[in-house]
Amino acid sequence: MASTLAIDGLDAFYGEVQVLRGFKLDLQQHEVLCLLGRNGAGKTTALKAIMGLVPARAGSIIKDGRDLTKLAPHEVPRTGVAYVPQGRRLFSELTVAENIEIGLMARGKGRTTRESVLDLFPVLRERLSQRSGTLSGGEQQMLAMARALCLEPDVLLLDEPTEGLMPSMIAKIRETVAGLRERGVSTILVEQRVDAVLSLADRVAFIENGQNRETLPVQAVRDDPAFVRRYVGVE
Amino acid sequence: MMPGAGSRRAVALHLAVIAVLFALNFILPEYHRGIFSRVMVLAVFAMGYNILFGYTGLLSLGHAMFFAAGLYGAGLPLYHLGWGVPESFVVGLACGVVLSAAVGVLALRTTGVAFMIVTMMFSQVFYLATLYFTTYTRGEEGLVLPQAARRVELGGVALDLTNPASRYMIALAMFSIVLLATLALVRAPFGRTLVAIRENEERMRMLGYDVFRAKLSAVILSGLFCAASGAAYALLFGYVGSGFASIQYSILPLLWVLLGGAATTLGPLIGTLFMFYVIDITSAYTSAYLLLVGVALILLILFFPRGLLGSIRERWLPWLP
Repeated sequence: MASTLAIDGLDAFYGEVQVLRGFKLDLQQHEVLCLLGRNGAGKTTALKAIMGLVPARAGSIIKDGRDLTKLAPHEVPRTGVAYVPQGRRLFSELTVAENIEIGLMARGKGRTTRESVLDLFPVLRERLSQRSGTLSGGEQQMLAMARALCLEPDVLLLDEPTEGLMPSMIAKIRETVAGLRERGVSTILVEQRVDAVLSLADRVAFIENGQNRETLPVQAVRDDPAFVRRYVGVE
Repeated sequence: MMPGAGSRRAVALHLAVIAVLFALNFILPEYHRGIFSRVMVLAVFAMGYNILFGYTGLLSLGHAMFFAAGLYGAGLPLYHLGWGVPESFVVGLACGVVLSAAVGVLALRTTGVAFMIVTMMFSQVFYLATLYFTTYTRGEEGLVLPQAARRVELGGVALDLTNPASRYMIALAMFSIVLLATLALVRAPFGRTLVAIRENEERMRMLGYDVFRAKLSAVILSGLFCAASGAAYALLFGYVGSGFASIQYSILPLLWVLLGGAATTLGPLIGTLFMFYVIDITSAYTSAYLLLVGVALILLILFFPRGLLGSIRERWLPWLP
C-alpha cells in the first residue's frame, strides 16, 4: 500500500528537553496505526509535532509531497490532517451545533458534510442546541471527533479517545474509527488500552525514549505478548 | 447557531431597547436626557471594548488611546483647520482604525498579562504625546470646540449638535447602529470564531484558523467602535482633553463591561448606565461617594458575578446574546 504520511528523522524538543529523537513513522493509506508505549515515551508529542504544535528541529513529515514541518500550525489542517487531542478540548460555551459549524467553516464545508458527520454520531443530532460543556464524557468525545471530521481529513490523529469512557461509548468510538477506515481515512491512534489497540489496529508502532523501536502487523503483536510486555510493561 | 425562537426574541429585545431609548427623548427631564446622551456615546466605547475583552478574551488596558484617537482625530481638524463635522468624524474613525491596526500587529505578539502591559504602555505613550504637543492639544486644559462649528446639514436639514434633542438623537442613532452591528457580528460566523478563540485558541489553530488574523480583525473593529465613540464625544459635547487618554479611561470600559456582563450585547449599556447613576445618586448625599460606589460594586459582584446581564443569561434567559 502507498504511504500517506511519512515521518523521517524527526527531532522535537520541549524547551531544551529532547522528546523525539530521529523519530520515524510511515502511515499507509486506509490503515489504523496505533502508537504504544509507556507514559512519557513521546506518543502525544509525535502527534503534536505532526500538527506543528511542537516545532521540529530536524527531520521531515511528508504528506502529498509537502513537508509539514515547513508550514505554520494553522496551515497543517488544510493539508487534510485533523487532530483530536487528549481531553477533547471543546468550545464549552458554544452549543453542539456551533462547535460543528466552527469545524465546517474552517474549510468552507457545507450541509452535506454536516449531515454525513451527524449520521456518524446520531446522538449529537439530538443535542444540537445543548451547550457542549454540559455533554457527557462520551458525547464530548464524539463531538470532538465530529468537529475534526468536518474538515474531511484523509489523515486523522486521535489521542487517547477512549480515556475515561464507559464500555458502550468505547465500543462506539471503535466502531467509528473502523468505519472511517472503510471510507478511506488513515488514522494514527495513541491509546493506553492494549485491548482496544489489538482489536482495532492494522499495525502497531512501539515508541520508547522518543524513537519508534519497531512497527509490526497487529497479528504479530497478538501472537507474541512479549512485545507489549517489553514496551508497555503490561500483559 | 442560535435556535430560531431565541434568535427572534433577541432581535425583538434589541429593537425594543432602541424604541424605549427613542421614547425617552420625549419623556426625560433635561438633566437626565443629558446623562442618557453621554451614556449612549460611552456605551459605544464599552461595546467596542466588549468585542475584544468579552468575545475574544483579550484584556486590554490601553483602550483609552482608541477613544482618544477618535476624540483628537475629530476634534483637532475641526478646531485648527475649520473642517466640517462629517469630515472630522471620518478622520476620527480613520485615526482609530490606523492606530488599532498598528498597535494590534505589535501587541498581538504577546498574550495574557504581557498583552495588558503592552497595550497600557502604548496608551501611556499616546497620553504623554497629548501632553507633549500642547501647542495643538493644550494638554490637560484641552480644547473647547466652538459652538458655531458644531453644526451639520443632513439632507437639507440643519442640525445643531449643541441642541440637547439633536444631541440625544444623534447619540441614539450611533448607539443603535453599533448595537445592531454587534448583534449581527455575534450571530455571524466571525463572531463565533472569536468566541471559539477565546475558549481555546490552540484548538482553533488546529482546525486551520489563522488566529492572529482573526484577533487582529477584532482589535481593529474594537478600535473603530471606540474611535467612533471618541469622535462623537468630541463633536457632541465640544471638549477634547488629555484626561480622556489617561489610564482611567482604559479602566472605565473594563468596569462598565464587567458590571453589565462581558460577552453580552446589551451589557455595556447597562454597565455604563449603572455606573453613571450610582455615582450621580451617591454624590448627592456625600462627598465620600466613591466609598458608596465601592460598596455597590462589591454587592453587585457578590450577587451577579458574571455582571448583570451575564448572570441573568446564566440563570434565567439562556437565549440572551
